[in-house]
Amino acid sequence: MTFKAMMRRTCAMLLAGLARGVTGVRPIWQGCSPSDRQRIYFANHCSHGDFILLSSSLPPRERERTRAVAGADYWKRNRLRHILAKDLLNTVLVDRNWIERSDDPMVIMLAALEQGSSLIVFPEGTRNMTDEPLLRFRSGLYNLALARPDVELVPCWIENMSRVLPKGAFLPVPLLCRVVFGTPVALEPNEDRKDFLNRARQSLLDLSPEQQKVLNHG
Amino acid sequence: MAETVWLFIGLLGVLTLASAIATMLTWKSRRTADVLPSTLVNLNSRIKAWWIMIGGISVAFLFGKHGVIFLFAFVSFASLREYVTLTHTRRGDHRILIGMFLVIIPIQYYLLWIEWYGLYSIFVPVYCFLAMPALTAISGDTERFLERVSEQQWGIMLSVYCISHVPALLTLHIPGFEGKGLLLIAFLIVTVQGSDVLQYVFGKLFGKHKVAPKISPSKTWEGLIGGIISASLLGASLAWLTPFTVAQAGLMAGLACIMGFFGGLVASAIKRDRGVKDWGHMIEGHGGMLDRADSLIFAAPVFFHIVRYFWIP
Repeated sequence: MTFKAMMRRTCAMLLAGLARGVTGVRPIWQGCSPSDRQRIYFANHCSHGDFILLSSSLPPRERERTRAVAGADYWKRNRLRHILAKDLLNTVLVDRNWIERSDDPMVIMLAALEQGSSLIVFPEGTRNMTDEPLLRFRSGLYNLALARPDVELVPCWIENMSRVLPKGAFLPVPLLCRVVFGTPVALEPNEDRKDFLNRARQSLLDLSPEQQKVLNHG
Repeated sequence: MAETVWLFIGLLGVLTLASAIATMLTWKSRRTADVLPSTLVNLNSRIKAWWIMIGGISVAFLFGKHGVIFLFAFVSFASLREYVTLTHTRRGDHRILIGMFLVIIPIQYYLLWIEWYGLYSIFVPVYCFLAMPALTAISGDTERFLERVSEQQWGIMLSVYCISHVPALLTLHIPGFEGKGLLLIAFLIVTVQGSDVLQYVFGKLFGKHKVAPKISPSKTWEGLIGGIISASLLGASLAWLTPFTVAQAGLMAGLACIMGFFGGLVASAIKRDRGVKDWGHMIEGHGGMLDRADSLIFAAPVFFHIVRYFWIP
């Protein structure tokens, strides 16, 4: 094993331990089970801790091959962030800026899938700072579903992380968190982009505690 | 030290007996049915968790006073985390919340460590209770202000202040009982937790009339009375651990159990209000830390102050 791979593994283990220690995070496999199938996990996004929490909830083998997709414009802004994102966290960096970008995000994400990685994506495109539970989805998820119908799309609701580490905060408040894994969503024949994205968004929203309360009580 | 040894031999005996009975029931039930009844599954995981909890407490006891202080600081941390998770918090509360974990818990337990009674008994109800709303007000967010502040204060009261009165027993230097504070803690924990178990057993066997049907369907008068009487007897039989006479030990145990009952009742009311069954999932079969500690929370401060009033000259 190379030095870099060892650093990555140690870092992943430390972060998972930290996430467990602070938030006692528990995975709830509500709509699917952990499996060896290649997957794209799509989740709500409120906090930098989101992807750490989600990957800590995965079984160790799956965690090792799962990479988070993150915004290059943010993570390349200074050298430290870049090293953190690229070398330690092993994220897939894509540029969100339409006009200035040189590399197509789709090409980069598909290349990562081609290498056998599972991906964590946040289809809202940015951290949600509004009172809305979930923002509108960007089209990347649809493009991925179209290009790789063999990869399962799993909705994951990350609970409470926005309270643990809100945007701009440095220290986390220890609160109990859960990650709820829902039933995989697949693109249906002839389904158009907008319908699919709405359906995927709804499937994620259905996992939120407010929505679950409504579903449980009729 | 002989008392400690006897105490742990006794606990090991009770746990082994419980495990043996549960294993026998499981074995019997396996022969007749494929699926174990959920009560039995729960009983098995509860007993398993008891082994781990007693193991953890024993390790803390081996390290003496400092071990026990660290143990209960951890209990406070886990309880507060479960509590705050269920409360309403806003973005502006972030700093206060961090302060509750990173400032209040360490200071309260440090004050116990240096045995400064004059400050640890008022640090939370005077200084924290005034500082917390002041800091919340400075943050400028007045939405549901009173509700947020009261929830935070009540959380600190339950999870930090009250729980810290268990290790606080070590700071009481009772004449003729020097250096045996750990045994007093063991007495309190065994009688309160024992009463929980006994109330559960009596409730399952004879329970008919519910004490507060709207709050908890499992708390019955039969369970309560049977539990308190049997736990008082248990306490009386453990008088050798304490500076109390046999009758006093029985009375103290009975009182601790009544307080413990109220603790459980209040915890149930909070859980019902928030629409959850358990506080968390930290202790398999039992729920969260607060599900196990709720009775101790109410019993500890009262027990502490009665001992302090009557046994400290």
